[in-house]
Amino acid sequence: MNFLPIATNIADYLRDSLGLTNGIAMVLAAIIHGSLLVAIFMGTPVFWIWGERKIAGRIQDRMGPTRVGGRFGWLQSIADGIKLIQKEDLVPPAADSMLFRMAPYMVCVASFATFMVLPFGDTWVAVASDIGLYVLVAILSLEVIGIILAGYSSGSKWSLFGGMREAAQMVSYEIPLAICAIIPVTVAGSLNLVEIAQLQSGGFQNWLIFNDPFTLVAFFVYFTVATASCKRAPFDLAEAESELVGGFHTEYSGMRWSFFFMGEYAAMFVVCAVASILFLGGWNSGIPPLDATLNQMRGLSADGSFEPMAYLANAIGMGILISKAWVLVFVQVWVRWTLPRLRIDQVMITCLKYLIPISCALFLGVIAWPLLVYKMTGGAQTSFASPKAENWVKPAVSTPDEDAETSQFILPNSTPDDRMAVADDDRKVAGGTR
Amino acid sequence: MTYEKLLFLIFALSTCGGALGVVLAQRVARMAFWLIVSLGSTAGLYFMLHADFVAATQIIIYVGGTLVLLIFGIMLTASGPHVNIQTSPGELVLGAGVGLMLLFLIQGTVRSVDWNQAAVVTSQGEFVPAEGQGYNPQGQGNTIRPLGMALLGLRPDKDLGAPEEAGLSSGYLFPFEIVSIHLLVVLVGASYLARAKRRAQASE
Repeated sequence: MNFLPIATNIADYLRDSLGLTNGIAMVLAAIIHGSLLVAIFMGTPVFWIWGERKIAGRIQDRMGPTRVGGRFGWLQSIADGIKLIQKEDLVPPAADSMLFRMAPYMVCVASFATFMVLPFGDTWVAVASDIGLYVLVAILSLEVIGIILAGYSSGSKWSLFGGMREAAQMVSYEIPLAICAIIPVTVAGSLNLVEIAQLQSGGFQNWLIFNDPFTLVAFFVYFTVATASCKRAPFDLAEAESELVGGFHTEYSGMRWSFFFMGEYAAMFVVCAVASILFLGGWNSGIPPLDATLNQMRGLSADGSFEPMAYLANAIGMGILISKAWVLVFVQVWVRWTLPRLRIDQVMITCLKYLIPISCALFLGVIAWPLLVYKMTGGAQTSFASPKAENWVKPAVSTPDEDAETSQFILPNSTPDDRMAVADDDRKVAGGTR
Repeated sequence: MTYEKLLFLIFALSTCGGALGVVLAQRVARMAFWLIVSLGSTAGLYFMLHADFVAATQIIIYVGGTLVLLIFGIMLTASGPHVNIQTSPGELVLGAGVGLMLLFLIQGTVRSVDWNQAAVVTSQGEFVPAEGQGYNPQGQGNTIRPLGMALLGLRPDKDLGAPEEAGLSSGYLFPFEIVSIHLLVVLVGASYLARAKRRAQASE
């Protein structure tokens, strides 16, 4: 796990200008990053709880919140929060008190931890990992444990049914979620979210959703599955109010109850941000001149130094990414208040009989597509490391003398001749697999 | 003590603490919770040791997969609200004996390795990604590319010194696929057996 330039920048700044020791500077930098992420993590639910109530109201021909904070009721979430903090923290006598108290934190922490590897800009990521998407999916799957434990430990039959539904649903929906997330990874040739987003720069025709027909369908399948994995309507069987009172959170009240919803809204934001990074170009605007300008501005700090213009470009990129994610969150809210809730057997059939076969077929199709294009057009060969390597724009690392086809793995003490030998081997293997 | 060592110590302590919790807890659901703590902290230890792929796999398979199924199983089979496990003194002694034997075995293995020598060998065999590939700064902790290459049979760490006619070392893709097919067959077989039993019961 490595920290990207922005991380080392803060640590370097603290060390050099304030005269701190290395360890303290790193810890302080980590705290600063954590606080920034907490701000996004807390801000998203506060905005979207108000937004959801307002949108739901308009869809149902009501006004929604209007009183608190002026005409649009935009302080409603704050008022809700104050009310929830004041409520009594109840633990039912039948509950397993330790697990009952622990479960909301597990939900909250699991969805917060995904922000750790979620990039908001070219270098704006807390932990830049080569397997960012894999780590993100892994951590996101932990959220379900908190919900199951909440359902089990409440000592109530409603909660138990909610927890069991959630477990069955999540175990099934994780399979198409992972397969759909693999599809853009196959096209991009990388699990690194920063790389996937960056190779979609230079216009919306480079977005992976428009890469081939299979990725186009895969985006909609991914979005459906992601909605289900956040247990949003029409898949919110774990908390079906009409059948299970409140489902897994029947026995909860006050802050512990609100932790579940903070986790849920944060998870909605995360899956939508991942959808926009994987399919919709991430922090690239899709307008070629604007993208070129922003990339140029980012390139100013290629050596890791601080440049106001590069910072501005990253801030704009973050705004673009968050806007895309919020549009998708809006669609989730819209769907919730438009479609009726499915039955539990319909939810399972949707996943096991339709979504898994569809995503498997899309996965096979997206693998076959480059071969088909190659056969039909006799077109250019793609590189072994990344099928779309020609799209790579590398503002952060500039090495003009490095041949793009050179192998990635070179012994530290190898001579240039060795490097060429490795490159030859690389091409041999690449030819063999094609 | 550097902050890395401090973090390692925290994760190591919570791994051991979680394991103790599994043994000492009475309720099955609490045991599952302590198992989450222990296995999750093990993933943290892997992250600290720059094995990011192994760490993420630990989370996705053990914590996100196996434990969810475990708790699901507890919920489906529970007769009362909270299932307790009462261990008799005999079982306690037997378990402690087996555990101690395993501990001695592991300790003997660990002590038989010359770790200083191993560190030298590892650092000599280490290879770093070339500049300009990807965004990550050079260094440790990004293991996915070497792993993927090795799966396809490209082992720069092994093949560079080898003579040309020896050819590339064989990849791990074929064994991996065999294991995958094997697991799929087991899965289909298990569901077939379960359904056949139910059908026989229905016809009786």
